[in-house]
Amino acid sequence: MKKEVEQAFRSALEQYEQQIERTTARFPERRDVFYSTSKAEVKRLYTPIDVEEIDPLEDIGLPGSYPFTRGVQPTMYRGRLWTMRMYAGFATAEESNKRYKFLLQQGQNGLSVAFDLPTQIGYDSDHVLAEGEVGKVGVAIDSLKDMETLFDGIPLDKVSTSMTINAPASILLAMYIAVAQKQGVSKDKLRGTIQNDILKEYIARGTYIFPTAPSMRLITDIFAYCSKEVPSWNTISISGYHIREAGSTATQEVGFTLANGIAYVEAALAAGLDIDSFAPRLSFFFNAHNDLLEEVAKFRAARRLWARIMKERFGAKNPKSMMMKFHTQTGGSTLTAQQTENNIVRVAIQTLAAVLGGTQSLHTNSKDEALALPTEQSVQTALRTQQIVAYESGIANTVDPLAGSYYIEAKTNQIEEEAMDYISRIDDMGGAPRAIDAGFIQREIMDAAYQYQLDIEKGDNIVVGVNKYQVKEPSPSGLLRVDLSVGDKQKEQLKALRAERDNQAVERALEKLRAVCRSDENVMPVIIEAVKTYATLGEITDVMRDVFGEYRQSVII
Amino acid sequence: MQRPIRVLVAKPGLDGHDRGAKVIARAFRDAGMEVIYTGLRQTPEQIVAAAIQEDVEVVAVSILSGAHSTLLPRIKELLKEENADDMLFVAGGVIPDDDIAFLKEKGVAAVFTPGTPTTLAVEFIREHVKR
Amino acid sequence: MDRGKRWRERRRIAKMITAVENALPGHEQILQEIYKKTGNAYVIGITGPPGAGKSSLTDALARGYIEKGLRVGVIAIDPTSPFSGGSILGDRIRMNELSTHPQMFIRSMGTRGQLGGLSAATHSAVMILDACGADVLFIETVGVGQSEIEIVKLADTVLMVMVPGLGDDIQAMKAGIMEIGDVFAVNKKDLPGADKTKIELEAMLSFLPPREWRPPVCMVSAMYKEGLEELEVAISEHRKFQADHGRLEQRRMRNAQEALLAILRDKMVLRVKSDDRYEELLQRMMEKTIDPYEAARQLMEGLDSCSED
Repeated sequence: MKKEVEQAFRSALEQYEQQIERTTARFPERRDVFYSTSKAEVKRLYTPIDVEEIDPLEDIGLPGSYPFTRGVQPTMYRGRLWTMRMYAGFATAEESNKRYKFLLQQGQNGLSVAFDLPTQIGYDSDHVLAEGEVGKVGVAIDSLKDMETLFDGIPLDKVSTSMTINAPASILLAMYIAVAQKQGVSKDKLRGTIQNDILKEYIARGTYIFPTAPSMRLITDIFAYCSKEVPSWNTISISGYHIREAGSTATQEVGFTLANGIAYVEAALAAGLDIDSFAPRLSFFFNAHNDLLEEVAKFRAARRLWARIMKERFGAKNPKSMMMKFHTQTGGSTLTAQQTENNIVRVAIQTLAAVLGGTQSLHTNSKDEALALPTEQSVQTALRTQQIVAYESGIANTVDPLAGSYYIEAKTNQIEEEAMDYISRIDDMGGAPRAIDAGFIQREIMDAAYQYQLDIEKGDNIVVGVNKYQVKEPSPSGLLRVDLSVGDKQKEQLKALRAERDNQAVERALEKLRAVCRSDENVMPVIIEAVKTYATLGEITDVMRDVFGEYRQSVII
Repeated sequence: MQRPIRVLVAKPGLDGHDRGAKVIARAFRDAGMEVIYTGLRQTPEQIVAAAIQEDVEVVAVSILSGAHSTLLPRIKELLKEENADDMLFVAGGVIPDDDIAFLKEKGVAAVFTPGTPTTLAVEFIREHVKR
Repeated sequence: MDRGKRWRERRRIAKMITAVENALPGHEQILQEIYKKTGNAYVIGITGPPGAGKSSLTDALARGYIEKGLRVGVIAIDPTSPFSGGSILGDRIRMNELSTHPQMFIRSMGTRGQLGGLSAATHSAVMILDACGADVLFIETVGVGQSEIEIVKLADTVLMVMVPGLGDDIQAMKAGIMEIGDVFAVNKKDLPGADKTKIELEAMLSFLPPREWRPPVCMVSAMYKEGLEELEVAISEHRKFQADHGRLEQRRMRNAQEALLAILRDKMVLRVKSDDRYEELLQRMMEKTIDPYEAARQLMEGLDSCSED
């Protein structure tokens, strides 16, 4: 701003504020202080004064270049729309396979695999803890046999596959590679993502198996293996989504996710990897909540902060190492079990937030997910929501349309600064794994979650249909149910598998795995060997449990 | 002095989403209760063993994995086997209405679904706990 | 009834603990009945700062004793909120797998801050588990404050758990706290700084007045199950040392005396408070027409003349 303009503006602002005082004396505002969803104070008005410290080039820049505040590609959605990737899980490998084939016929080229909980925690379907859980929230995979069925007739060189798998990610990736080899597809042709983010499992999602140190080693083994053998594979999806679901604020979502990201980078560097060899394959996964403007600022702040960390802290040279590419899912915890139709509107707002924030791909939740797994009908509405935003809203026609808004830029700055504060505190504790071990991150999230709940119960936070505008409504009908016989079917198949495979070969492979786990050697090649003998997921994980031990949750309430 | 109500808060099943369990545990504590928190991945056997050893008056479980129709009746059965049927058994989580009717038939005293204020759960326990 | 049989009556044991913890009607009879059966369990107090991994270590040690065929009781103590009177007792979370084991019994207690304090309720719980068949008993403390000192009055061996990264905290620990440790464990030995913690501890211990028993410092990892056998040996050695030198008797005599005095204090306080003159004397103290010594003397006279209740 020019000096004289600035002076004139300041005096006008002063006048406005004086006038406001008189107005509010007679007509008070709705509340004394306004807060965002994340309990950050929101001012009445944002003006050029709030953004005067912001450098239009260094801080905001241009799309496709450092610090990527405005997006990672130069043309963003004018070139190609974001990937509409719907996460879906079906009870058995056969059913999922049918569904994938249908989706591929419809022109979708990205598959997203949801696994059931026993698979995610490394238990076979016949384990006592798997009782009642087999096939419930995704597909059950016990051995390579199930994986072969899952991708039967699907050419793995033609699709990109995203797998939501963490603690046993190395095993599922090994199975994927083994299936590809049977199809005659070489490893370098494989494209896809494994979530592989164990730290957020300890913090928020809960599907951990091993203690921190061996878990980090498995992750860096995957980084190292893939950088040579499966170069187009995204080796990790560093996830803030579940941190937010656990009740964190927007700032905490950014701060804790990036602190986890830093820990993975440091582990990989300590294992001797070169930063630019693996960093371009790191991807992120965030949540989109209802507070539209705060969310947009959050995505922009996260992108800028990561770019700065990669460049300044880790000395990355390749711009691709500095680009934060991320998948977004709309916020499951924002959905209400009451008046479920309202959820469609919430998801629409969250879709706007994700797209205005510059996401690379998006999953939209279905209206009935606060009650059960979604029906096909409600999944379709959720997908249509994305399509309406893409083709009808007009927001995809220009890059980062909210840039330059006083509020958005001030908020972007604020979130970046506060997230950086968290990162510094976590650094002081010795990094994210130590901060998790000490319960710091969990406690910060829990405090925010509890505060949010109290605010709702006091009526300080309004959730439409829950604590205001409630109606008497009939119980919802037509919800999806999972057949309980899936568990029995998997158990029978396991029994048959154990009878027909070469059990001596299995034993030998598992012993070799045990030896490698005890050494510093990369585990990936022996895991691939083991899955090829049809050793089960549970058997492989048990060997690793035996060598590595098991993680114990800290009690942070 | 009034002795505090002892509640076991447990998560049966494999799902790791413990936000609800932790929020309710805090709410119970703030309501003056003694909360025994057992964390994730509890088998019905572990939950009942804890309930017995801790001599709780209330067993409160949180479950989101969808395995409630298998696991909750099992917990109730085991409580009966241990002659601990007098313990108040409540549940919370993503549980469809049809299943709620089934679970109540199986002896779950109350099911709190998403959006239920914590104060309601506290009141329910205070009214129904057997002393 | 033999100890093994009593041990199997889980619900009954649990209910007895509830009765004594809350001073429910009949709790004194319970203690009277079981008292003569106590004295068989070896009591290990586990203390140390929050986050040192006390529960995980208790779990790991308990596994060892269970494998030897012993019955193990655990009393885990967590703080009660002074505001609501409620508490979150979460130590079990580390011992979930053992919780269904027939040789294991775990009980959580809140500090509550009730009459008699922590030690009375804990002591009663210890006696019940002891009388009902426990061979080894762990008492796991909160990790801060007065309860640490109180736990010494109940334990045959005090295991103090440390963890690397507390640095200055060790320096800041009062000698009084260090003195209660009979065996030291540096947990999470895989973390950087573990060796330094050991050296610092040994240095601190060398400054303590010389004693016949020199507390050993063991390096362990509860999570990776390392160093546990050595720790168990260290505890056994302390036990043997005490037995050989008549220390266990001494210690238990001291503990019995503490228990007796605690009960006496409670009873006296209760009776004095029920004296009609109690409030009146308090009021007079406020008005400065009587000093606390004289008020106490008068109330004690009341005690003397009072018959058995």
